[in-house]
Amino acid sequence: MTKEMNLEERFQAYVDGENKVEPKDWMPEKYRKTLIRQISQHAHSEVVGMLPEANWITRAPSLRRKVALLAKVQDEAGHGLYLYSAAETLGADRMDMVDDLLTGKAKYSSIFNYPTPTWADIGAIGWLVDGAAIANQVMLCRTSYGPYSRAMVRICKEESFHQRQGYEILMTLAQGTPEQKQMAQDALNRWWWPSLMMFGPTDDNSPNSAQSMKWKIKRKSNDELRQEFIDKTIPQAEYLGLSVPDPDLKWNEERGHYDFGTIDWEEFYQVIKGNGKCNKQRLRARQEAHAKGEWVREAANAYAEKQAVRKAKEGSAA
Amino acid sequence: MSSKDNWKIWEIFIRSRNGLSHKHVGSLHAPDAEMAIKNARDVYTRRSEGVSIWVVPSEAITASSPDEAEPLFTPSDDKVYRHPTFYEIPDEVGHM
Amino acid sequence: MKAQLLEYTLRLGDNALILGQRLGEWCGHGPILEQDIALSNIALDQLGQARMLMQYAAEQKGGDFTEDKVAFLRPETEYHNCLLVELENGDWGRTIVRQFLFDTYNYFFYSALLSSADNRLQEIAQKAIKEITYHAQWSAEWLIRLGDGTEESHQRVQRSLNDLWEWTGELFSMDAVDEALLAEGIAVNLAEIKVQWDQKVNEILSLATLKRPEDAWMQSGGKQGEHSEYLGYVLAVMQHLPRMYPEATW
Repeated sequence: MTKEMNLEERFQAYVDGENKVEPKDWMPEKYRKTLIRQISQHAHSEVVGMLPEANWITRAPSLRRKVALLAKVQDEAGHGLYLYSAAETLGADRMDMVDDLLTGKAKYSSIFNYPTPTWADIGAIGWLVDGAAIANQVMLCRTSYGPYSRAMVRICKEESFHQRQGYEILMTLAQGTPEQKQMAQDALNRWWWPSLMMFGPTDDNSPNSAQSMKWKIKRKSNDELRQEFIDKTIPQAEYLGLSVPDPDLKWNEERGHYDFGTIDWEEFYQVIKGNGKCNKQRLRARQEAHAKGEWVREAANAYAEKQAVRKAKEGSAA
Repeated sequence: MSSKDNWKIWEIFIRSRNGLSHKHVGSLHAPDAEMAIKNARDVYTRRSEGVSIWVVPSEAITASSPDEAEPLFTPSDDKVYRHPTFYEIPDEVGHM
Repeated sequence: MKAQLLEYTLRLGDNALILGQRLGEWCGHGPILEQDIALSNIALDQLGQARMLMQYAAEQKGGDFTEDKVAFLRPETEYHNCLLVELENGDWGRTIVRQFLFDTYNYFFYSALLSSADNRLQEIAQKAIKEITYHAQWSAEWLIRLGDGTEESHQRVQRSLNDLWEWTGELFSMDAVDEALLAEGIAVNLAEIKVQWDQKVNEILSLATLKRPEDAWMQSGGKQGEHSEYLGYVLAVMQHLPRMYPEATW
């Protein structure tokens, strides 16, 4: 018991010294579990997050937009992969993690349960959803777990084009025909509040945050990140000539930040519970892809085994 | 869930350009080495990050244990005579 | 001659565009993340080639034509892709078989196009051939894996191969456009490609333990703008925004 305590204290001191924890280092079991949960949820979010945008690849209105969108959604598959890999360094198995997603045991970011009915949604996702994700991910580049931090550095580098891609789409729409401008405003109206919810519950309602901050898995609180995002995004919305759907939004000179209205947390919890417009659709798409891929993955393994046997025979014959 | 469709893990090393060593960049899943290389190309060199790829089955890697870090690595900390600054050469001799 | 070169450019461009469009449907739905990424890469290559060819076609058309106007705003009968690329994706095995049959053709086609007397086509071929060489390797390796994998995978790809075979004849049928441009040293001699294709296809099918279907009736017409029912849906999806907002830029 005392030895364990001692180890935990040493671990905390080590992390407090801004040192990175690597896969084979001793770590508290709860640290490992928290990381596996957080990293795999993050991975699931990347993978499910492909779906609302992927359905616009075939409908993108120009070839330039089409290749940019496809490259972006492809990156998200890559990011999911880097994150699953990071979780695997902690002893988790990707198939088990995927299984948890498909059976509804694991969560993913609720934002992807909102629909993308128009092309402007692709712009809004890039600008707002990726913007919010980036705020979180930039912080995570400094997370205490080495493989997670390295995955984040790689992801942040690749993400930088995603947000610009989205903003450029909205800029073109905002400067386009009246219908296009309306489309852009409508998308902002629908995505603004859900984007703010992406940072999670307010600090006083976020029970696990304190421990994550102490272990330096998380480096900034939900409310801090949300405020940073708002402060950065409002001028961008103004540049587009679009209005942010929050009557309470105003600059607070004293705080040096924007004040904003109350988030509808009831909606947030409903979507988490599975009551978003697309929860069932998203999960079904992932379940189907996985089930339809099973024979393919099996065949590739079977072939690899046959080849290994053939090579071994060749070797022993020679 | 059947394990028959579970592809094994490979560690990926990329040489970013000739003149540099291969460097570990991450891992991925593949049924065999050939596909591991192709997957590595698509996953880790989409932005021209590499000119050469090594793939190694994760299970083939033996790592030193962090518990042994002290006996393994601290003994070299006090071998200052392995470093050039240990030796005193007058400035007049010039750079050496 | 000018009209024929334009149609020839569109045939190549539409092959790349429609196949890229089909492969784009897979994004987010692949059998495993690694392969989702791989197929998206191939789709991106196809779309990149489509853009170069559409730009060339737009220049030939002159006036205010752009790559997008050419790519998006033609009626169905003015698309000149071969029928094979517009067919439905089906399961992963069917997509692989279609890709293998087409990539192998495309590899020999673009290798020959490297010596086209038309400078632009030759330049485009130089860029495309590296990508296509990779595609042909990738889809051949996958076909071997699936053919020589499990009993189920073998049956699935054999069935797809049998289904898709009738759509391959068109790849090699020369019409007046091909003949006229061949005489100018611009077009590829499809009879020569056929010999190389047969040889490669036989070699890979044998490694994949698959049976080459008997040559029987072959479908044709895509190159001339007579399509299957599938293309209409592909275009409906692809064209709907530019058609709904003809004034807009994106």
